[in-house]
This record gives sequence, C-alpha cells and structure tokens, in this order.
Amino acid sequence: MIPSIKEMTGAEMVIQALKDHGVEHLFGYPGGAVLPIYDALFAAANELVHVLVRHEQGAVHAAEGYARSTGKCGVALVTSGPGATNAVTGLADALLDSIPIVVLSGQVATHLIGTDAFQECDTVGITRPCTKHNWLVKDIADLPRVLHEAFQIATTGRPGPVVIDIPKDIQFKKGFYVEPDSVSHRTYKPPFEADMDAISQAVALMAAAKKPIFYTGGGIINAGPAASEHLRELVELTGFPVTSTLMGLGAYPASGEKWLGMLGMHGTYEANNAMHDCDVMIGLGVRFDDRVTGRIDAFSPGSKKIHVDIDPSQINKNIRVDLPIIADAGQAIKAMIKVWKQKEYKADKKALAEWWGQIDRWRAKNCLAYKQNGHGIKPQYAIDRLYQLTKDRDTYITTEVGQHQMWAAQRYKFEQPNRWMTSGGLGTMGYGIPAALGVQLAHRDSLVIDIAGEGSVQMTLQEMSTAVQSNLPIKIFILNNKYLGMVRQWQQLMHGGRYSHSYCEAIPDFVKMAEAFGCVGIRCEKPEELDAAIQKMIDCPRPVLFDCVVDQMENCYPMIPSGAAHNEMILSDADEEATEVSDAGKMLV
Amino acid sequence: MNTSRIERHTFAILVDNEAGVLARIVGLFSGRGYNIESLTVAEIDPSQHTSRITIVTSGTPEILEQIRAQIGRVVPVHRVVDWTVDKPSIAREMALVKVAGTGEKRVEALRIADAFRARPVDTTHTSFVFEITGSPEKINQFVDLMQPLGLVEISRTGVAAISRGPDPM
Repeated sequence: MIPSIKEMTGAEMVIQALKDHGVEHLFGYPGGAVLPIYDALFAAANELVHVLVRHEQGAVHAAEGYARSTGKCGVALVTSGPGATNAVTGLADALLDSIPIVVLSGQVATHLIGTDAFQECDTVGITRPCTKHNWLVKDIADLPRVLHEAFQIATTGRPGPVVIDIPKDIQFKKGFYVEPDSVSHRTYKPPFEADMDAISQAVALMAAAKKPIFYTGGGIINAGPAASEHLRELVELTGFPVTSTLMGLGAYPASGEKWLGMLGMHGTYEANNAMHDCDVMIGLGVRFDDRVTGRIDAFSPGSKKIHVDIDPSQINKNIRVDLPIIADAGQAIKAMIKVWKQKEYKADKKALAEWWGQIDRWRAKNCLAYKQNGHGIKPQYAIDRLYQLTKDRDTYITTEVGQHQMWAAQRYKFEQPNRWMTSGGLGTMGYGIPAALGVQLAHRDSLVIDIAGEGSVQMTLQEMSTAVQSNLPIKIFILNNKYLGMVRQWQQLMHGGRYSHSYCEAIPDFVKMAEAFGCVGIRCEKPEELDAAIQKMIDCPRPVLFDCVVDQMENCYPMIPSGAAHNEMILSDADEEATEVSDAGKMLV
Repeated sequence: MNTSRIERHTFAILVDNEAGVLARIVGLFSGRGYNIESLTVAEIDPSQHTSRITIVTSGTPEILEQIRAQIGRVVPVHRVVDWTVDKPSIAREMALVKVAGTGEKRVEALRIADAFRARPVDTTHTSFVFEITGSPEKINQFVDLMQPLGLVEISRTGVAAISRGPDPM
C-alpha cells in the first residue's frame, strides 16, 4: 500500500478532506442522518471549530460570510430532509453571488432512498438548480474523489456553492482515502488567463476613449485582494472614473478621487449618468444585472463595451458587448496594465478633462444629500454616524436586504475588499446576522456589524443565540422604521400609497429580546444621543442588538424607477410626482 | 434584444454518464425557459462512461447563444456543438408508425411505405407497424400521408445528429 492511501470510514474521510483542504471552521446542525460525521467531528475538535447554529439557513449564510470575508471556502454541515431544505435559501444566495461554499448533507441509508423514509428528501434534485454542482455519493469508493472535486469546483472558475449528499450507511462504511492532489476532474476546466489579443484590443479602445468608465463588480473581489490592487493601479494609470456594483464595493477605495460611487437602481447620479454617456465601458467581473442596467434598450446607448468575465455564459446575456474577454478579472486587469505600459499608451488628457468636468457637474447635484426634518433620527444620518465612529477600526459590515442595505451601500465608505458582505443577487432578508457570525468567527478581534432592518432581522434573529453560545460579539444595528421600508417605498411610488401589509404593527422589544438571548440591547431614538449609543455598542465586548428608531417614511434615493433608464433618476420625493412609472416598468421587480 | 427571429438549432452535448446528468441539462432548459423540441440520449462509450445528448431547440440567436453557454458550464459536460452553426451535419430520426385498415387503404399504406423505404416490422390482417428512418421532415411527411389511411399512433426517437466528413464533434 502506498503511504497516501489510508483506510477509514466515510465520516472520517469527510473530516480528513476538510483538514486537507485547509478548513478550520464550519457551521452546522446535527440530526439523525449526519450523526456519524458529528461523531468524527467530536474526535477532531482540536483541529476543526464547529459552530452550532439555530437553523440551517443560518449555517449556510454564516459559511457565505466566512467565505466572503476571508477568500476561503465556507463549509456547512446539515442533516437530511428538513436540514437540507432549510439550506436551500443559502445555496441559492451563494449561487447568485458566486460565493464558494461546500455544504455537506446527510441522507438516509442507500437502501432506504426512494422509500419515503423518515427525513428523506431528494436533496440533489432539490438543490440541483441552486448549486454549481452537487453529488449523491452511493459508493464509498467515490467519496474521497467527490470531496476533493467539491472543493475544486466551489473555489475555482466562477465560485459557487456545491452540495455533497452522503447517505448514512456510506458514512459508516470503510474505504480507502486518497489525497486531494491525486484527483483531477475529467471535464471541469475553468478559464483563468486572458487572451492577449483581446486584451490588446481592449487596451487600444481604452487609450482612444474620450469618455471612459470602469464598471467593476464582485468578480474582482472573488479574484482575490491582488485584483483590487491591480484595479487601483489601472485606474491611476489611465485616470478613468470608476464605479462599482453592489457586490464590488471595496475593490476601489471610496476615498479615491476617481470613485463615482455605486451605480444602478440606487446608485449615484454621477455613476449612472457617466455609464449612460460614456463612449468606452470597461466591465470587470460584472454581469449587467437588471439592478444595474435599468431599461435594457436605453442602457449606455453610445458606448463600446468591453466585458471581462470568468463565466462565458455571462457574455451577451443581458447586454450585447463589443469585446468579450473570458478570464479571471484580476488576471485580465494585470494584463491590461502590462499592455498599457508596454505600448506606452497615454490617455487623451484633453478629452478626459472635459469628461471629468461633466462628471463634476453631475457630482454637484449632491445626490446622496437628505433633509433633516423633524426631531427623529434619519436613517441616512444613522449610517453616516456609524461610519464615522467605525471607519478607523478594523470593521466588517454585513447587511440584510432593503432600504437599510441601499443606504449602507451608498453611504458606508469601503476602502478594502472583503469588508462588505451583502446578499446582492438573491436579495435574501435574514442574510446579515448569520453572515456576521461567519465573519466574526474568521476575524475574532474585528468589529463586525450587521446593518439591518427590523423586518429582515426577524427572519434569522434566533442566530443571536448562536452568537452567545460561540462567543461571537457581533453588532446588529437595526434601522427600525416599523415598515418593510423598500416594499413601502415601492407601494408609495407605484401603487398609489396603498401600504398593503408592509407595516409591522407588532415588533418585539429588541432590547428585551437581546437580554432574553443573553446579548446586550441598546435603543436610541434621538439624534443627539446616537453617537454615545453607537460608541457603547462598539465598546461592548458582547453581541449587541441596537434598536435605532428612525424616520418611518424616509425613502431611499436616488432611484432609477423600474423600467427607466440611467439618465431618468428620481433624486428626491419632490421628483417623484413628475416621474410616472410605465406599465412595463411596474411588471419588473 | 429579443425581437430577432426564431431559429431552430440542433445541439450535440457530450457528457459524463453520471447520475442526474440528464436532469441537469433538462432542468437548465426548463429553469431558464428554453424550449426542447426533441431530445435523445444514450451512452456512446461504456469504457469512458460518456453519453451523447442531442437536443433540438428553438429561439432567437441571442437565446441560442445563451443556451450553448449555459450548457457549457454544466460540470459533467465535455463539449457542446451547435450543428446549425458550427459545421455541416446530418440529422436522422427513427419512428415507428402504426396504421390500421383493410382493403384499398391498406394497400395504399404499403405502397407509400415502400416509396419512403419504411419497413413493416409488425403485420396483422388489419394493421402494420412501419419503421421509418430519415430527416424529421421526411417523417412528418410520411405521417401526414398515413393520416387518412388509418394512422393509429407514432413513436419517434427524436433526432440524432453527426457532422459530415472525417472529424469528430
């Protein structure tokens, strides 16, 4: 027997593979069909830290938060049946946001599959459309290969979630474990390096541009921190303006002078107008999502579009582009820098100066401004203060989904990648608390804040119990307006102000709730008390639920109403009556 | 961008013959709202455990480009070829056609079958089952002609396609 082959049980193979792939932390919830793996985990307690969540959705979101904040693969372990179905939301979330996670699920024993056994469900069938790939392992001989392929597929190419469904008898069976490097996949060969001809064409287009813009996204974050460094260099080299999608925030620093802010439905006036009017658009790790493009037939009508993506299926999916480049975003940017320098290109200074002049006129609109009327806390003010009081710390931000998320994206200024964890594609309310747990586990000494709404936060609030048990001092900063704010805003703008079921008559007392969980609760209702309250939250060594009571009727602007173009933004409530949403627009979500 | 014309294309997909691979491809079509007009699948290399799927689908050129890219990223897929675009190919389909009748209609059915080189593979005093191979259009034509002659039912295999010339897909 060669030394790299060891006999062990399926459950032991799972643990061995986790160790071999550098996993140190995982999130999970035990049950009948995963007991052998939990037993093996018991024996490996010194090497693998397991966090017991309160719901499997939380385990998967926590793994996502862990993955996004570290660049490593997140891992979750769930049981069969409801354990697996509860994980589905997290899987779909990770698929749309390209987050590398491996989810291990228990399954009933192979001889019981198909008999409607207790806690049986067709896990691979249910998770097939919401994973990058999945496996049901029916033979112990396949298990080591599948475990290694799973990590490879989750973390390379366009990252994504994978599921390995392991029947209980396979977990008990003995077999021979092989090490990761002895496995290579037959068909899976993701692209990585860019085609240099295409890069040269792209750089030539850029050098000749008069009104260029970098449109950057989550692909740069996924390409690792070096990709963000390359982006900064390329922006400095060219002097072009840069905007980002929700998923790409932090790749270019918000303090950078070339930064236009986020683009899209709640993006800045300058970013969206620059996208609309540009002559060369350089899309880097983006997917022309509907939140970004607005009305497709009015999207940046006059521009040549360069699109770098590692996933060929993203090319020409929503928007036809002129120059596709299939590559890792970081590699492509690096290659662009090389060609720009080699050919000694110089940007058209005069044209660029005019372009920046136009951009500065758009910037002068000061589109993120808000009016402080009344005596209450404006949600924008709350985010601004939170930012000011945490910016000089080692801070990570997660969010839920809704108005608070957009205000956070607009106003919290990210200087580094991997500091911003949010559910972009799927828009999963309830993402923020468990994601924060994952971030905090990976960064024990950092300040991890979930900017939340009182609606979203109640979807996974039980995970505060996890925070206490695992000593993860996350801070949940709730902008409490008693409304499902984004729903209410759409009802105001598109449904005649008929606020159908968007008001939360009964909301738990979050301070008492915090105390019941063994966390710390803080409530603040007055702007003048906010700084001290936020400081108290920051200084607290325990998990905190912060109930920040804010203006109930504040809307999130700027906004491109659905079905409208980039240059048809609403900037404030005063604009809103002038802008009628088309019937076609109302169809869109 | 979806205002352009609808085209019909035939794709060949070489896949690892592993559990669920067909469901991945078919699920991709239903999940993304693409049509399947015909589908054939069988293992073609037992030693390599590879299967070949042939799908006839329709859509605008943009949709067809997406279909190809989406299939291409399914993990157990080795290759995707669009026969309508990539290289000259031939497509064939087999059908079993049951026709019941007596007298002149029965004679006429046999005569037409002969003209189409369709073979009777089951015969009773009151019925035939014909086996016919050809392009989908030829089979459609045959079926149309059998309609007034006592057509009972049809079983079609769906299209199998292969490139012309010496090279593989």
